[in-house]
Amino acid sequence: MFGRLTIEALPLYSAIAAGGAAVTVGGALLVAIAITWLGAWRYLWTDWLTSVDHKRIGVMYIVLALIMLLRGFVDAIMMRAQQAMALNSGGYLPPEHFDQIFSSHGTIMIFFMAMPFMTGLINIIVPLQIGTRDVAFPFLNSLSLWLTAAGAGLVMVSLVIGKFSTAGWTGYPPYSGAEANPGVGVDYWIWAILISGVGSTLSGINFVVTILKRRAPGLTLMRMTPFTWTALCASVLMAFAFPALTVACGLLALDRLFGMHFFTNAHGGNMMNYPNLFWIWGHPEVYILILPAFGIFSEVVSTFSKKRLFGYESLVYATAAIAILSFTVWLHHFFTMGSSPNVNAFFGITTMVIAVPTGVKVFNWLLTMYRGRIDFHPSMMWTIGFMVTFVIGGMTGVLLAIPSADFLMHNTTFLVAHFHNMIIPGVLFGYLAGYMYWFPKAFGFALDRKWGLASFWCWMIGFYLAFMPLYLLGFKGMPRRMEQYNDPSWQPYLMVAASGAALILVGIACMVMQLYVSVRDRRKTADVTGDPFDGRTLEWATASPPPAYNFAVLPEIRDREPLLDMKERGVTFQRPAAYEDIHMPKNSAVGVVMGGLAFVLGFAVIWHIWWLVAACGLAMWIVLIARSSDDESEFRITAAEVKQIEDARFRALASQTTSRT
Amino acid sequence: MEHPTAGHANSGHGLRSYLIGFVLAVILTAIPFYVVITHALPPQSTMVVIGVTAILQILVHLRFFLHLNFTSTPKENLLAIVFAAVLIFIMVGGSFWIMFDLHTRMAV
Amino acid sequence: MSAAVTTHESEAAEAHEQRAFGFWLYLMGDAVIFALLFATYVIMVDNTAGGPAGKALFSLPNAAIETALLLVSSTTFGFASLSSKTGNRGAVLAWLLLTFVLGAGFVFLELREFAGLIKAGAGPDRSGFLSAFFTLVGTHGLHVSVGLTWILIMSGQVMLKGLSVPVTSRLFRLGLFWHFLDIAWVGIFSIVYLPGLL
Repeated sequence: MFGRLTIEALPLYSAIAAGGAAVTVGGALLVAIAITWLGAWRYLWTDWLTSVDHKRIGVMYIVLALIMLLRGFVDAIMMRAQQAMALNSGGYLPPEHFDQIFSSHGTIMIFFMAMPFMTGLINIIVPLQIGTRDVAFPFLNSLSLWLTAAGAGLVMVSLVIGKFSTAGWTGYPPYSGAEANPGVGVDYWIWAILISGVGSTLSGINFVVTILKRRAPGLTLMRMTPFTWTALCASVLMAFAFPALTVACGLLALDRLFGMHFFTNAHGGNMMNYPNLFWIWGHPEVYILILPAFGIFSEVVSTFSKKRLFGYESLVYATAAIAILSFTVWLHHFFTMGSSPNVNAFFGITTMVIAVPTGVKVFNWLLTMYRGRIDFHPSMMWTIGFMVTFVIGGMTGVLLAIPSADFLMHNTTFLVAHFHNMIIPGVLFGYLAGYMYWFPKAFGFALDRKWGLASFWCWMIGFYLAFMPLYLLGFKGMPRRMEQYNDPSWQPYLMVAASGAALILVGIACMVMQLYVSVRDRRKTADVTGDPFDGRTLEWATASPPPAYNFAVLPEIRDREPLLDMKERGVTFQRPAAYEDIHMPKNSAVGVVMGGLAFVLGFAVIWHIWWLVAACGLAMWIVLIARSSDDESEFRITAAEVKQIEDARFRALASQTTSRT
Repeated sequence: MEHPTAGHANSGHGLRSYLIGFVLAVILTAIPFYVVITHALPPQSTMVVIGVTAILQILVHLRFFLHLNFTSTPKENLLAIVFAAVLIFIMVGGSFWIMFDLHTRMAV
Repeated sequence: MSAAVTTHESEAAEAHEQRAFGFWLYLMGDAVIFALLFATYVIMVDNTAGGPAGKALFSLPNAAIETALLLVSSTTFGFASLSSKTGNRGAVLAWLLLTFVLGAGFVFLELREFAGLIKAGAGPDRSGFLSAFFTLVGTHGLHVSVGLTWILIMSGQVMLKGLSVPVTSRLFRLGLFWHFLDIAWVGIFSIVYLPGLL
């Protein structure tokens, strides 16, 4: 009846694991109670969960990302604490538990923090920047969100029922195969990734179509903002690279479920093919995450330096070049597999080549700042912090691109330091810059600057404290993922690293404070202009938060910086002669329902509850057929309603102008 | 790519397209099957025949069944398929290079 | 009024174009999946682990009939598309039905082949080669089965809703899917069956 699910699945094997489960369940209960107490279930369901509005979907993605950032960070600080303590002793975490923690840390940070954060920012901003009313496939957008959430849900549930994978975030066989790892951990990992991977593929397709087919009149490709360009390239990569992840994880699942021999040790399995397939996706994934962050840095640098972006064309071409080159370097993740020197040399050289367009971009940003009137807004600080730190990570990356050097550093903490040095400043700082930059656009009030700066400095210094010692430890030969060690000379470095993690914790606390203070003072800091930073691009031309239809009249684009162009021509805030009816997509519960079913389906496969698998599969099929036969997915906002909403905005604008003078 | 709402499409032309495609596909299928059944050629050349007819047949399908061409197909669709072809070449070619190189080093 | 009608029509045309492009991108992603399964098959084709190889297992007549069924079904689907353009509902249904029968025949032959292999002790868990074979060919078969269900659904929609704009738009995408599957099959008989029997 319940497959291999028994009462043994509860995490009573260690007090810390049981505590984690209690916190998860307690947190979920607390949220549910709070919503009930506020009587907000109906509001939540009709205005958010079933919404197909790209702005709301974007906000939900980012909420998911921030929650998972907390979870992933708890994992991180637990690992740092363990390694700081575990000289000649077991520390406080049993090995089995420590292995789950480093596996879930990587999985969560990539798939359920960075990916949703990026997709959320693209969702909120790109349609506004290209002057459209919604994405090409609004329902699909909602489906993508809920599939991602279903994957995240599976990772969270593994805290309470059963265990998570101990095979690291990459899940290499044969260790992740059924023979070495018969439990449910690897299955949780596989199905969380497969389900959310489908969501990411669909998001990618959605945004390629949106950006290529739904731009406002006059918005040629070479007038698109850098963020839209990077979002386009990242979406193309998502649509084409995620299928490779589906294949790698799908074949591993077949090995585990049906005793097949793709990656097994015996019966003609070829385990080396797994890293090959995994990294065909894995390397483009790095650029899926980092390109949109580059776009954000470009926007932020230009706005807060009050200058046009330096070398726009070169930045666009560099982005496109990176998108293609990112598919040609995957072997550098497994130089040590034993390929011949020719193969390793080829991939080493392509890896060094891809650093060139990235280097071009750093000069773009530097020269944009040059002689600019720089406003040191927190977003700008994240950007400057990124440039300084990222260049160090790039240097160590080129070092690792030399196969012979890689043989020495592979699987040491040098590698751990290197990729955190790319991803924390390159990806996370970028998204946080975007979060603080576009927050007023999404909510109509700005985030507090003081707490934002405090958070930045804690993150920045915390980052150096946490990861520079790992570079040194790598040189000293410390392997990654060690639960305990017996070399006393390592411990001081690990203690410094732990203190860095603690400082980052303070940085996260500052972010929470920032959010609290900003929400508290929202009336004081409200922005009715929709343009709090004297912006240059189209998203700042509409109200904050934008109405459901984004633009009452679709704007005509004449320049790369449309809002600046409008400001120079003195045509901002002009009322059109007349409004027209607007067709918008209806809300739909199908996305949430499909996400829920996918979650149960994944859970049932993990625990081998086959009747439930069949039931969920059938239900999903029926729901999908019903949805696909629905011809009435739109509703109309009448011209009169549009006029009412727009009039209210203009009244607020007028009253603000008079109160100021 | 054809347009379903465009009622003025010449259905006679469409019919001819499917029939030409069908005949060409039949021929391009018959050749490799024939070569394999009769062992008319040495294995190496048979593989070449199979490969060439397969590629030709895929082109026939794209042209006559999916109606890809350089005039009426939207630019984005052509770009997408060219991009996909390049990526598939890189992924498959790269995988072969990596895995067969490894095979030689491990086995020999 | 007439201006409003034209905007609505052009909106519908735009929506169709976007969906067609989106679906095209999905097919390209699917092509990547197939490409990697093909690559995996070729990498593993000699990993028979002492078990049977393709030469002992594959049947050329079976592969030839399967090929013929799919190719003819691709053509009959083309005729269904042509009939939908001229608005001939009965003809659309007839051609869709014929396509369904041919496709179902294909799936039947494939399942019979799989069942025979498993019975002979050459199931997917026998060797790396057979895992790759079953997964590659089975993934294609699964796609064909999805296509068959989709044909049934579209037949129902044509019957109940007639050849309305959304229905013809869906029919168009189903056509892309069905023709795409035939292309994948060209890959399968050229890479799996013919070289295996050489």
